[in-house]
This record gives sequence, C-alpha cells and structure tokens, in this order.
Amino acid sequence: MRSWERIWIGTTIALMALAALAVFVYAPREARMGDVQRIFYFHISTAWTGFLAFAVALIGSIAYLRTRAVRWDQLSHAAVEIGLVLLTMAIITGSLWARPVWNTWWTWDPRLTTTTITWVVYLAYLLLRNAVENPETRARFAAVYAIVAFVTVPITYLSARLLRTIHPIVLGPSVSAEAQGQFGLTPRMVHTMVLSLIAWTLLFSVLLWMRYRVQRAQEALEEIEEAMEA
Amino acid sequence: MGYLVVAYLVFWGITFFYILYLARRQRALEERMARLRARLNPELQEEHDEPR
Repeated sequence: MRSWERIWIGTTIALMALAALAVFVYAPREARMGDVQRIFYFHISTAWTGFLAFAVALIGSIAYLRTRAVRWDQLSHAAVEIGLVLLTMAIITGSLWARPVWNTWWTWDPRLTTTTITWVVYLAYLLLRNAVENPETRARFAAVYAIVAFVTVPITYLSARLLRTIHPIVLGPSVSAEAQGQFGLTPRMVHTMVLSLIAWTLLFSVLLWMRYRVQRAQEALEEIEEAMEA
Repeated sequence: MGYLVVAYLVFWGITFFYILYLARRQRALEERMARLRARLNPELQEEHDEPR
C-alpha cells in the first residue's frame, strides 16, 4: 500500500469514528422523536453517497461511450455495486426509523416507492452485465443502461418535494402537509450532519478505489488467461 | 433506543462485510496471479517459494 493510500484510508477511518462520536455524543436529543432521530445522520449520508455513486456511474458510462476506454466501464461497474450497497443501508435504516415514527416498517409512499424503483433498476444493471458474454457488447449495453437508469435519481430526490408524501424533508421547506417526522436542525445537528456526509463521501471514495482496482485486476487476469489458453 | 442500535449495527455490519468481501476477492486474484506467474516462469516461482 502506498503512503498516500495509507493517509487516505487513515483519514477516512478517523472521520468515520469522529462522525459516530458526534452522532451519539455531540448531537442533541431531538425533542419529539428522541434518540431514534440519530439514525438520520447516517441514513441521509448513505442515501447521498448512494446517489453520488450512481452519478459516478453516469459519468463513467458517458466517458466510456465517448472514448471506448475500458477503465470507464470498470469504474461504472464498481460505482453501481457500491451505490447499491449504500442504498440498501439507507432503505433498511429508513425502515428502522419509520417503525417508531410512522408506526409502520414500510409504506408505498412516493419517496419510498421511487427509492425502491431506483434500487431495482440498478440491481438489474448488475444482472444485465452478467447476462452478456462479449465484453465490448456488455460494456456498451451497460453504459447505455446506466445513463438511462440515472433518470431514477432526480425523480427519487424530487418525489418528496413535488408529491404528497409522509417522508420528511429536513433540508429545505416541505411542501407536504402529511410529512411525519419533520424536525428543525439545530447548529449541532448541522455540524454532525456535515461531518457524517464528509466521512461517508470519503468512505465511498475508498471503497470505489478498492472495488475499481479489483475489477481492473480481474479483467486483466481473465484477458491473460484467455490469451494463454488460445 | 433498540431501533437506533439495530440501525447502526446495519451501517457498520454491511460496511464491514462489504470490505471483507472486497479483501477476499483481492486475495483470490493474488492467488490466481501467483498461479499464472508459476505457469509462465516456473524457475522464478521456485525462487519466490524459497525460504528467506
């Protein structure tokens, strides 16, 4: 491991620990929801980094179609996989937050429905990749698919802002009178949220780098093995 | 409090297992690489295997 990688990973671990400390110690207890509101800090961070991952996949896919350089396809593949992991965390923890606040584990609310659609659409991306054998065809199909799939991201983001929903909007005004679990952010809550967002974004960058390297090494090895067998 | 604890176990648990999964894939690739090296150059592999 190179020294800059050590610094990068070390900073990420330190910031993640600091963010966790801020969530449990520094951030105040929310008056109405109590301690369960502390789920919010990592819930919003995983959702944000999940969508960031899909944005990286979008950029990688556009770059692949323009340049046909395989590294962009590898980057998109890695980003989608990590995005799915992060979005899975956001969905599960959102459900854990919903149970005490909404009195239900799940409801087909616009925000929850569009998030599920996004999750399924990107899961299908990975399945599509497995279904195509030719590497060039696979990369081309995957790139087009990832570009189209990204439509689900702004739809999910806007769903709670444009439609009647019970999902709270913490950043910015809520348009829905039905929103439940809405709360105002105190300065300490804002500090904790910003710290969590930075820590998770950094963690995402480390995971993306690790996953991308694995992908590159795997494809290079497969190419050599195929050439040797031919 | 129970929901909070479970939620943070989900965050740390999934992150931990995903990193573990990546590390295992990395190790499997390194093993494949070592086998490939051995096929390409058996002499080099023997040198590599010698105790230091």
